[in-house]
Formats: sequence, C-alpha cells, structure tokens
Amino acid sequence: MTVTENPGQPNAAAPTPPAIELIGISKAFGPVQANKDITMTVAKGAIHGIVGENGAGKSTLMSILYGFYKADSGRVKINGVETEITDSHAAIAAGIGMVHQHFMLVDTFTVLENVILGAEDGPMLKPSLAKARKELQRLANEYELDVDPDAIVGEISVGFQQRVEILKALYRQAEILILDEPTGVLTPAEADHLFRILKNLKEQGKTIVLITHKLREIMDVTDTVSVMRRGEMTATIETATTSPSKLAEAMVGRSVIMEVEKAPATVGETVMEIKNLVVKDGQGVERLKNISFSLKRGEVLGIAGVAGNGQTELLEVLGGIRPATSGEVIMKGDSIDLTIKANAQKRRHRGIGHVPEDRHARGLVMSFKTWENTALGYHNEPEFSKKFGMANQKAMLADAQGKMERFDIRPPNPQLVASSFSGGNQQKIVLAREIERNPEVLLIGQPTRGVDIGAIEFIHQQIVKLRDAGKAILLISVELDEIQALSDRILVMFDGIIQGERLPENTDKNELGLLMAGVDPEAEA
Amino acid sequence: MNTGIPKWVDVILIPLLSLILAFVVSGLVVLSIGKDPIQAIKLMVYGAFRLNDGIGPTLYYTTSFIFTGLAVAVAFHAKLFNIGGEGQAAIAGVGVTLVMLAFDWPHWTIALLVGTLAAAAFGAAWAAVPAYLQVKRGSHIVITTIMFNLIAGSVIAYLLVGPLQANGSLPESSRFPSAAALPTLHDILGVVGINFDRFSDANITFFMALLAAVGVWLLIWKSRLGYEIRMFGESDKAAVYAGISPVKITMIVMLISGALAGLMAVNTVQGQAERLVLGAVEGAGFIGIAVALMGRNHPVGIVLAAFLFGALTQGGVELQFEMQIPAQMVIVIQALIIMFTGSLENLVRMPVERLFTRMKKRAA
Repeated sequence: MTVTENPGQPNAAAPTPPAIELIGISKAFGPVQANKDITMTVAKGAIHGIVGENGAGKSTLMSILYGFYKADSGRVKINGVETEITDSHAAIAAGIGMVHQHFMLVDTFTVLENVILGAEDGPMLKPSLAKARKELQRLANEYELDVDPDAIVGEISVGFQQRVEILKALYRQAEILILDEPTGVLTPAEADHLFRILKNLKEQGKTIVLITHKLREIMDVTDTVSVMRRGEMTATIETATTSPSKLAEAMVGRSVIMEVEKAPATVGETVMEIKNLVVKDGQGVERLKNISFSLKRGEVLGIAGVAGNGQTELLEVLGGIRPATSGEVIMKGDSIDLTIKANAQKRRHRGIGHVPEDRHARGLVMSFKTWENTALGYHNEPEFSKKFGMANQKAMLADAQGKMERFDIRPPNPQLVASSFSGGNQQKIVLAREIERNPEVLLIGQPTRGVDIGAIEFIHQQIVKLRDAGKAILLISVELDEIQALSDRILVMFDGIIQGERLPENTDKNELGLLMAGVDPEAEA
Repeated sequence: MNTGIPKWVDVILIPLLSLILAFVVSGLVVLSIGKDPIQAIKLMVYGAFRLNDGIGPTLYYTTSFIFTGLAVAVAFHAKLFNIGGEGQAAIAGVGVTLVMLAFDWPHWTIALLVGTLAAAAFGAAWAAVPAYLQVKRGSHIVITTIMFNLIAGSVIAYLLVGPLQANGSLPESSRFPSAAALPTLHDILGVVGINFDRFSDANITFFMALLAAVGVWLLIWKSRLGYEIRMFGESDKAAVYAGISPVKITMIVMLISGALAGLMAVNTVQGQAERLVLGAVEGAGFIGIAVALMGRNHPVGIVLAAFLFGALTQGGVELQFEMQIPAQMVIVIQALIIMFTGSLENLVRMPVERLFTRMKKRAA
C-alpha cells in the first residue's frame, strides 16, 4: 500500500493551507489508549474519509476536533492557524460543524426551531426565525437540502432529520463538516441523496470529513482516506489509488500470525439449523435479513465481518436475549422459541452456552464476586439451590474455586469482585462458566477482545478442546486472524446478510476482506 | 467497595461524624431562636430514652421506620426508588381496618396473623400499579409512586367521611373489637418481670419488625431471588443474559417493597390506634427513605437508623412540650440530620477518605 508523505493535498504547491491539521493527537480513557499520536491533514475542499472498526478511535478523534474531549497531547490547526478547541462553541467559531451518529435534535420542535436553537440572535425569536427561514430556502436551493421548515422533527424520517443536522451546521456557517457514520440509519436511496448533497457541498468549497466503516461509501465519495486501527492511524491514501480489499486489510490489520494447534475436524451431524432468520431493531431497521445456515457437531463455524453488520443481533437471538422478527431455529429436530417469551435460561436448558461479546455489560456483573459470577445464569440449577428458595452459596464457592484452578484464573480468590481482574482473567471466568456446562452448542462473541496474548492462546485451546469433544461452536469475531486460525468453516456477514461461505484452506485475507466490504469477488471476476 | 478505607470507617465512623456535625448545626439553629442548645440536646436524649415514658414511644416509632426503611432498601437493591411507602402504608391501614371490622376475633394471635397478611397484601397491591406502569408503559416509578401517595391520602379521606366512618362526626372508623388488640411491650415484658412503660404504644410488632429485618437480610444476600434482584440492580443487561425477566423482577421487588411498607400499618392502625384515622402514617414512609439511606440499605444499618429516627421523633415531641420550641423547628432539626447523614455525606466522607489514603501511603 502506498502511503504518501503529504497526503490529502492534491495540489500541495498551492498556497492555501489545509483545512484541518491534526498533529500528534493522543487521548486515553483510563487504561485504554483511544488515540495514539495521530497526525492527519485534510485539504480544503476535499472529502476525506476515516475508516476503521468500531472502537478504533474514529469518533474519539473527531470528538477532540469538535471540542467534546480534550486531547492529552497534540495540536490542531484550522486553515493553517493553530486553534485551541476547548468546547463545541470554539469549534463552531472555527467553522467546524458536526453531524453526530445519534442526532442532537429536539423531537418536539419544528425544523426551523431546531436550526436556530443555540444560535438565536436576540431575546425575541421572531426575527431569528424569519432570518432562518430565508437562509434555509437558500440552502435548500443550493444543495438539494429541502426540508419543510415547519415540520415537527419527531415526525419526519431519519433521512430528513439528518438533513436538519446538516442545515444546523451550515446555518452556523460551518466550512468544515464532520459526519459520524451518517449512513448507518439511512436507506440506500437516502444514502445516495446524502452523497449528492456532500458532493454539492464540496463543489461550494466546503471541507467534509466522513467517518464510516463502510468501504463502498469511501470508494464512492471520498478524495482521500485515512485508516484507523486500535487508536492508531495506520495509513492515509488517495482513494483513487486504493481498493476496498486493501482498505479492509488495513482496517483489520495483520497482527501476529495466530497459529492454533488443532487436528482436522471430525464433523458430525447437524445440531442447529437456522432458517430465514429476520431481526428488526427498535426503529424497524432490518439487522438480519433472512439468514439461513446450519451448525454441525465437532466444528467451529466462524463468522467474519466488520462489527455492526448483524453479528451481535445473531448472537443475541440465538442466546435468547433478543426476540427474532421471523424465521426458525431448529435444534436437534425441535424448533426453538424465538419470541419475546423465550429467555436465556431456557436456552441454557436446551444446551446452548453463550459467551457474550460484551463481557463488561453482559457476561459479568462487575461488582459481583467471582463465585457469584461463575453461577450467573445457572443460579437456579439444582446444585446451586437449597430449600425455600435459598442459594447454596457453599456449592457456588466450591465451584468457583475449581473453575479458577482449572482455567488458571489469577489471582485465584473467588471472593474478589470481577472488576479487580484483568481483561484476560475476566474472560476466562466467563469461558469457564459456559464451557464447563458442556453445552451442545457454544456461542462465542469476540473471545479475545481486550485479552492479553497469553490468555488468547489458552482461550483458543479451550475452544478447540470443546470442538474435539464433539460440540458445535459458533464463533463471532472481528479479528480476521482469529477467525482463520480457529474456524473449520467461515461465513462472512455484511449488512445483515451472509455475503459468502468459504473454507479457511481455500481462501485468504484478501478474499475475506472483499466479502466483508460487501463485494463478491466471484461475481466481479 | 474499592475505596480502600476500612469497613468500620465506612459504616460507623462516617455516619457518626455526620451525626455530630448535624447536631452542631442544629445547636446553632436552637441558639438562633434564643434557646439553650445544651439543654435542648439533654432534653431530647432524656426524652427519647427515659425509661418510664421515653423509650416506649421511641420503640413505637422505630418499629414503623424499620418497616418503611426495609421497603425502600429492598427496592433499592434492584435500583428502583420506591418513594411510595407513605401511600402503601396508608392503604395497608385500610386493609387492616377492613379485616378487623369484619370478624369477631377469638384471639389476638389470629387477629395479628390476618392483620399482617391484609396489611402486606394491600401495601403490595398499591405498589403493584406503579410497578406495572413502569414495566409496561415506561412511566417512571419515582413519579408514579409519589402520585400514588396523594391518591392514597384522598382515598382514605373519602373512606373516613363515607363508607368507613363510624357513628359520630369524627373522620375515623369504628373501633376494632377489643379481642383484636395486640399485646404491648408492657404486657410482653411483664411476663419476664420487667415493668415496661404502661402507657406506651410500643407493641409486639416491634419484634415483627426485627424479624422482617432478618428476613430481608436472608432474602437479599442468601436467597436466589435476592441474587437476581441484586444482579438486576447492578446490571440489567447481565440480568437479561442470565435469563432474568426485567418485567418479572421489577414486579416482584415492588410487591415485596410495598408489602413491607404496608406492615407498618399493623403497628400503627392495629397496634396503636385500633381504628383507622386520618394521617395514620405521619410521614413514616418518607422517613423510611432517610433510614434506608443512612442504614446503607443493610438491615442492621436500617434497624440502627430507624432507632435513631425514632429517638429523634420522640425527643422532638419532648422539645416542643418542655422548651416551647415550635414543631417546625423540630422538623428543621430532623431535616438537618437527614441532610447531613444522607445527601451531604460526602462532606465528611471525602476528607476522611483522603486522610486514610494519606495514612496508608505513609505506612507503606
């Protein structure tokens, strides 16, 4: 991949200074380094993309630029002038506008009222409203940004709400516009319209920063693109010189090659069959669009994909946390209740174990002691129960003690609360609990996220051991290396569908990266 | 807790310092209206603990506060704020009245049992509606329980000038049959030869309150339901992952909480007034919030805090009576104590914590 020395400046000789210069920006949240020494330049009048997985630090970086967070170190130059952005007022004064992923609008106000909110000219509203009405008219004509100024914001579609956000920024005379995952909530048609608007804005000399993890959008609209991975900026390139597969590779990265020692799988009969699964979220957006696959005894089925393409929903539906909209899941001949009445405890009784993606919020109660956490979800099982609804705390304690020894959880003190363990040991607590129940099907989400190298190896061995015992494992991970190292079969998810199925020995990162970006290499070839 | 301070500092020293601070400021308040603060404190302590006619009323108030304090604490372990103890206790009083007036009671033991069940059931029912509204409609439980306090007050006012009013002009119900009267502490302690205050209202429900405290301890820290309640309170996401239904657990917790608040009616309506009167709860539902706060939502702490507030209430009565300190001033003093031990707790906690971390560092 070519990394230009002076990126994002098509005509570096021109005297115009770049619109944005970030120099050596670092930001840590506690022990998590969200941004590490980031330097980035965006030319005036360019559309600049920032890609990276969830948690790569894109939003943090832009929040620093918009004054939401204060960087621990580093400098910001706007139009060549060193600017200290202490809060969003300072950002607006410097001509920066931001369209957040979650809109910052008052639902019960009209479009016009939302636009002037915080930018009223005086104590009386009328003159401001009149001025804004005229201005909106002008902007609508100029940029295809038409919205009914008198509509109530809560009653218009998300696409229109987003336009209101853009109008708000333009009304405040923003010259630089930051959009954070703008298409996440849009239909394809709305997204196309948005991109037309962005191109119009660019023609008028505005500078646009587009944060996304959808590579197609980057290829379609940006001039230059920066790739972020784990808080670092790994590359800044001209979009024309790259391809989705190269970007995907840069996003997912080539970390240490992970080799897991494992014998060839002895795959048995089908344990679980997923048929036409559809899941809609609270806003009615389809997160899973008619997914079908089957899971067999003795195999690790890996699901690759950039985070946010439906993997979480799949795991939660199978784990009994979230109901399905339609579809069927059959386990050993019997169909599983996917309605709201189902719960995770019933799934456990069916022999489904679940290591959730988010161990902090779901897999563990951080303020609970280890012995309370190792019983989580199984606390009503006979061995943990006593008469009159009492808990058998002695049994729980003894069980925790054994698990801590067998899984080498350190320090091996079951009275310690979960938050006092390292990420790797926390994950081992969850794994010990789920694996030792000997489930028929184990659902695992991001098994090694935030886990140190030593623990990663141990966790991988445990997964392989369970597979060799003839159990079925559904592995969801955004780490491509992990998927390749562990899986006996790989499904790639993109935008709520299964984009492709591959065998690990017959594919490579390149091909998987393309599938993850929503491109079917076979169709294109 | 990861604060790194010894436990005794957390549960004893900090509340004690807060209390002393509250008394100092209260003394200034007493001084400002031209009374002698030292005499006032002496009188309060004496009035609350005097053997012949002080400790009795103190224990009577303590009983009510233990129930309402436990009610708040149980809900709080699920991170639900039941501000409706006042209304739940009031409606429980109606339940007690209905069953007491319905039968000729052969013996007080049966009357106590049935009265307890009625109080718990009515209190729970009154808490169930806000709980249901929260889980099904998303109406915030703090708001709805407060509103239900007002509704309960009006319902009782109506009942006492209407269907439940006894012959005569007072807004109160008929007197319960005398066989339903509960034994007082004087009766009970007389059996073992202790001559306890004959005129005090303290009765057998005091022991029920202590039992309830033990029960809540078992429930929260030893039972599987308590485990689920605490889990839901700490992390609702983890609770769903563990297979716990937020709807079910919210309903159960609020039913238990309402029942506990309701039990207070056994003490006041059945044990003391022996009829339903207006304003029988007298703010005990709200004091329960302060009691739970000060008692750190732990039954032992709640019993101690309830005893303190019982003493304050009784001592306050004494202040009005002996020193002509107006009732409003007494409320000011009680409020100061609630403020210092509850919301201003960090005032004391932060310097103490800093002191201890510094001492630790020096030792290390």
